[in-house]
Amino acid sequence: MSVKDPITKGGCRFRRPVSHDTSPSPEDVCLIRRRFVQGLAMGGAVAGLGLSTPSLLAAVMKQQGPQTLGGTDFNLTISEQTVNFTGTPRIGTTVNDSLPAPVLRWREGDRVTLRVTNLLSETSSIHWHGIILPSAMDGVPGIATGFEGIKPGETFTYQFPVIQSGTYWYHSHSGFQEQTGLYGAIVIDPRESEPASYDRDYVVMLSDWTDEDPTDVYKKLKKLSHYYNFNERSHADLMKDIEEKGLAATWNDRKMWNQMRMSQRDLSDVTGYTYTYLMNGQTPANGWMGLFKKGEKIRLRIINGSAMSFFDVRIPGLKMTVVAADGQHIEPVSVDEFRIGVAETYDVIVEPKDDTAYTLFAQDISRSGYARGTLTPDPLLTAEIPEMDVVPNLGHGDMGMDMMLHAGHDMSGMDHSQHQMPDGKMMPGMDHSQHQMPGMSMGSNTDMDMGGYQLSNASSERANPSDFTSGPVHHAASEYGPHVDMRADAPQYRLNDPGVGLRNNGRRVLTYADLKNLRSTHDQREPDREIELHLTGNMGRYMWSINGVKHANAEPLRWKLGERLRITFVNDTMMNHPMHLHGMWSDLETGDNNFLPRKHTVIVQPGSRISYRVTVDAEGGWAYHCHLLYHMLGMFRTVIVS
Amino acid sequence: MKKTVFALMAMGLSTTVFAGGADDPLVYKVMVDKLEIRNTGGNDPFVLDADAWVGYDLNKFWFKTEVERVDGETEEAEVQFLYSRAVAPFWDVQAGWRRDIKPEPDRDFLALGFKGLAPYMFEVDAGVFIGESGQVGARLDAEYEYMLTQKLILSPEIEMNLYSKDDEEVGIGSGLSDMELGLRLRYEVLREFAPYIGVNWTKIFGQTADFASDEGEDTSDLQMVIGIRAWF
Repeated sequence: MSVKDPITKGGCRFRRPVSHDTSPSPEDVCLIRRRFVQGLAMGGAVAGLGLSTPSLLAAVMKQQGPQTLGGTDFNLTISEQTVNFTGTPRIGTTVNDSLPAPVLRWREGDRVTLRVTNLLSETSSIHWHGIILPSAMDGVPGIATGFEGIKPGETFTYQFPVIQSGTYWYHSHSGFQEQTGLYGAIVIDPRESEPASYDRDYVVMLSDWTDEDPTDVYKKLKKLSHYYNFNERSHADLMKDIEEKGLAATWNDRKMWNQMRMSQRDLSDVTGYTYTYLMNGQTPANGWMGLFKKGEKIRLRIINGSAMSFFDVRIPGLKMTVVAADGQHIEPVSVDEFRIGVAETYDVIVEPKDDTAYTLFAQDISRSGYARGTLTPDPLLTAEIPEMDVVPNLGHGDMGMDMMLHAGHDMSGMDHSQHQMPDGKMMPGMDHSQHQMPGMSMGSNTDMDMGGYQLSNASSERANPSDFTSGPVHHAASEYGPHVDMRADAPQYRLNDPGVGLRNNGRRVLTYADLKNLRSTHDQREPDREIELHLTGNMGRYMWSINGVKHANAEPLRWKLGERLRITFVNDTMMNHPMHLHGMWSDLETGDNNFLPRKHTVIVQPGSRISYRVTVDAEGGWAYHCHLLYHMLGMFRTVIVS
Repeated sequence: MKKTVFALMAMGLSTTVFAGGADDPLVYKVMVDKLEIRNTGGNDPFVLDADAWVGYDLNKFWFKTEVERVDGETEEAEVQFLYSRAVAPFWDVQAGWRRDIKPEPDRDFLALGFKGLAPYMFEVDAGVFIGESGQVGARLDAEYEYMLTQKLILSPEIEMNLYSKDDEEVGIGSGLSDMELGLRLRYEVLREFAPYIGVNWTKIFGQTADFASDEGEDTSDLQMVIGIRAWF
């Protein structure tokens, strides 16, 4: 595919119309967009904000984000365009010449038709993430029933009824096209009125862009797994520890990590070293801009459409009321900050009470960069951009050690026999005595970033519902070998753990324990059977698998139509994995079985255990995988429902 | 023996070459670990220590070489062709053929070793080498990387060689023949490219030292080194 006209970022994008295109051509779309903006300026809120000069209007236009396409009939064209996010022109994968792809606005109850034309030189596909639809429309080549991807030059017509509402997204399920730009937002308006009221509605699409070829990124990780990690613990950090804790405590603190050959800073495989983090396609230098008038309620539909990046999102000076998770309404909960895993979505409502600007700040989990936007009553007014938080260290709890039981207790002089290690071994060849941490005082550790964070009484009740199994964990024989570098011996339910880097940071941070469905659980049945899946890998070799078996070697999971499953994940790695089940909801067991939140993507924290229920109500082939792009090749299962 | 080695390597190839999937593509890496000039009293030797591998997650072919040149003459040159198989999370077993090209006459060995990361993050490469005349050699190479900053890395290294028999033609004596201690400070301009400076101390022992003394060579030497480390 030859390089086409460069995109003017955020502006109108022209390319030759596709002859069979019956929807508005890109030029028309551009006109619509212009009219939309003008309309807004003349009669709408922008005029009310005093946006009279063309330059201001242009400034606002520039920072808006992708266009919105509405209706029931869509023509989407996948192609390549020159984009420039870093100062260097690169080829991006676009939909209707837009990166991110256009926002699709559907209406619950409609039947939508989407004709997707592939102008790439390789097979492509679009998966509608979180949308409940027939398998044949799910868009995963080789797994969705009868779907083998969209070949170059071909058009595939997706058609399905929209039976849900909320915030979702869509992306390619072929190769690494998601990394190069093929992702966009889906907003579905409900038939009935929204439970939450708001005056403005903005999509906030977070993503990560690299100038590198994603194939090279993957190969670099195979050659040197910490290639992108420039936040390892180094000399200054060691000296600081020794000064604060003394030599012995510092040695003991780091002993296990050194013995296990693990990095406490293994937070993200790919970082800001190569990534430019985008908000609605805007770089941190530009920033996305959302306008408001004081006193208005703004709904932000935050979507993590990145390939590899978890974001910690906050708006300094504003509380956020989380009203939906993964498109589904939850009981509103007011927070200062939340972590959004790859592929998750959160809808929040904010109410700025004065005429000030606010920064919407999304720092990546490894604190190597951020995406940002501004909520402002005036395009000329921006807010201060906060400093990124300090780079956190993974704790022993993140290694699957049983620290929870000891939270708040002094562990110095602890007898090893009290230290629950059911399977005895953490590593092959690792002596049990190495688990000892003589003189180590977990409870009094100042940063408390050890997985040993404090549990409030109320939340610990919610975190450990009575029917959870939390006994010794069993690891299958397939989990032993050169392809698996770690197994969690005492993985804990950590629903009320905000996760590494967010523990005890002085802000109210959302946790999964906060998620409570606004409606009662749609399927009240107890699970018919339980499946335990272990997330496994070898970081150094950069291999990822489930139960130690990678997708290429795995039998499909066969589920029975109509059954109610409980799936329990055990994370035997030191990374967060956002696990996404296609086609069926994941009813996350957060404590109150009457109000289980429905999710499509669930973060499984390092060294932890988490479970959800699935009503197996969708026949056919489905993908089930870690949504980190460079993990999913191995950490993947095909599910067949019949 | 060469035939045996090639047969072994062919077997390895047949089990690996078709193994790659999308998750496990064929990857190669070329690493010039040391390309340096050593400052001695006399003629400064020029040293290359490099390796390369190609393969998949668990099965690879390795090539390793060490070359030392003085005054435009190659004084020492060694190559190894190895099949490498992951046997534990942090360890690969490597087997194949080693040839010492210089000093002459050349010597062939069957090479068997393991390479990986030991607890406390020591990179270890250890092997035994079985020669044609019943000569048995052993080598241990261990390296640590201490991060002064994210880009400035201090790396101590030890290498030692042992042999079971004297081999006067190539100046090898039985027992511990030589040991090398290095300390290099590199600055990673890029991950892939780092100039460095350092010191290198070598000592030869026992009969090997006697052979060297007979040739009028020093038995121990402390050298300043300057070089580059690069990979792709």
